[in-house]
Amino acid sequence: MRITQGAFSFLPDLTEPQIRAQVQYCIDQGWAVSLEVTDDPHPRNTYWDMWGHPMFDNPDAAAVMLELAECRKVFGDRYIRVVAFDAGHGWESVRLSFIVNRPAEEPGFRLVRQEAGGRALRYATAPYAADRPSGNRYG
Amino acid sequence: MADSLATAAEGIDLRAEFERSGVRDVLAELDRSLVGLAPVKRRIRETAALLLVERARKQLGLAQETPTLHMSFTGNPGTGKTTVALRMADLLHRLGYIRKGHLVAVTRDDLVGQYIGHTAPKTKEILKRAMGGVLFIDEAYYLHRPENERDYGQEAIEILLQVMENRRDDLVVILAGYGRRMERFFESNPGFRSRIAHHIDFPDYSDDELLGIATVMLERQNYRLDSAAAAAFARYVETRRRQPHFANARSIRNALDRARLRQANRLFETSTGPLGAEALSTICAEDILASRVFSLAAVRESGDD
Repeated sequence: MRITQGAFSFLPDLTEPQIRAQVQYCIDQGWAVSLEVTDDPHPRNTYWDMWGHPMFDNPDAAAVMLELAECRKVFGDRYIRVVAFDAGHGWESVRLSFIVNRPAEEPGFRLVRQEAGGRALRYATAPYAADRPSGNRYG
Repeated sequence: MADSLATAAEGIDLRAEFERSGVRDVLAELDRSLVGLAPVKRRIRETAALLLVERARKQLGLAQETPTLHMSFTGNPGTGKTTVALRMADLLHRLGYIRKGHLVAVTRDDLVGQYIGHTAPKTKEILKRAMGGVLFIDEAYYLHRPENERDYGQEAIEILLQVMENRRDDLVVILAGYGRRMERFFESNPGFRSRIAHHIDFPDYSDDELLGIATVMLERQNYRLDSAAAAAFARYVETRRRQPHFANARSIRNALDRARLRQANRLFETSTGPLGAEALSTICAEDILASRVFSLAAVRESGDD
């Protein structure tokens, strides 16, 4: 099951020139672009691992594409997203994030039922991938 | 020259390209704002013509490869290497060879780390910042320290060479430094020599050119030399040139700064009434003749006798 987080996730995967154009747009807006990685696809998992530092003073997208290529070499079997952070007053938060790399196979989610007091049922989703220990989840 | 090439290219009007890309403005600005440096200007003009033709060829599908644009600027201190590098970045940007046209000026300290494993991230950080623009490495020969074989400079050199080769579309590297030491640097790092297409040598300024530079500098700050001061300054330039640590235009700038200081002092001590704009912006001969350069020269000459 293809997970849909962040912008553009209902579209086909972005191509390299498309990623570059999006990144350049973010840079031109004055946002700091960085890369983040995870192998836990749960939709509520918002804190991914950082790949390097946010790139505050790069005027060109080539630097981000260089890092992305490096990141794919190491974590090509995981989810990688581009995060654009706006440090401007009043925003100070992420303005745009989108997935640029995903595992070849995404096993999807299991519905977990938990019985609570008074025969009430609580529902949760658990990614099948998370059954395996972190680091061995894909491939 | 451009006209004859235009007919050969069939369909691409080089003259119009020259106008439209704004290259002409950059070259005209270069001519106007920089005194002297005739060989440098000629080389830049040639380079611009080459790049313009190369771009036209690319549009017609005659060339695919991006030409090697890395350069080395050699010349004595204060001959305008950094200034010209700035113009070069603008020129390359207008010709579309680099995407942003900014200049990142660095020295050894910015590239080389202080402990093992520090150099690579530091160099990469700088390279990333320079992407889409020009990386200007001043006094590049300090990267190579032959006396210390475990110096981290070598690591920075290797990363630089790799990026210069593989990322030619993304950034242009300009190495700058004093002539002879750069020569030795290239000898011990042949990788650099083969990756650099354009070597531009910056000659020293003549006395007249230095005077011209002084005039331009003063005009920019709304000062002027009176005729006695101009004569004194001509003598100053002649004397200063023969003393050690002469740094061409930089020495001139420092001399003018000190002359302004003396002028301010003189006005402060001698003025009795209100001063007009004329008095406030005129530098007199005595402001220049008070310089240590003249007394040093006198000492040296009497010592020789």
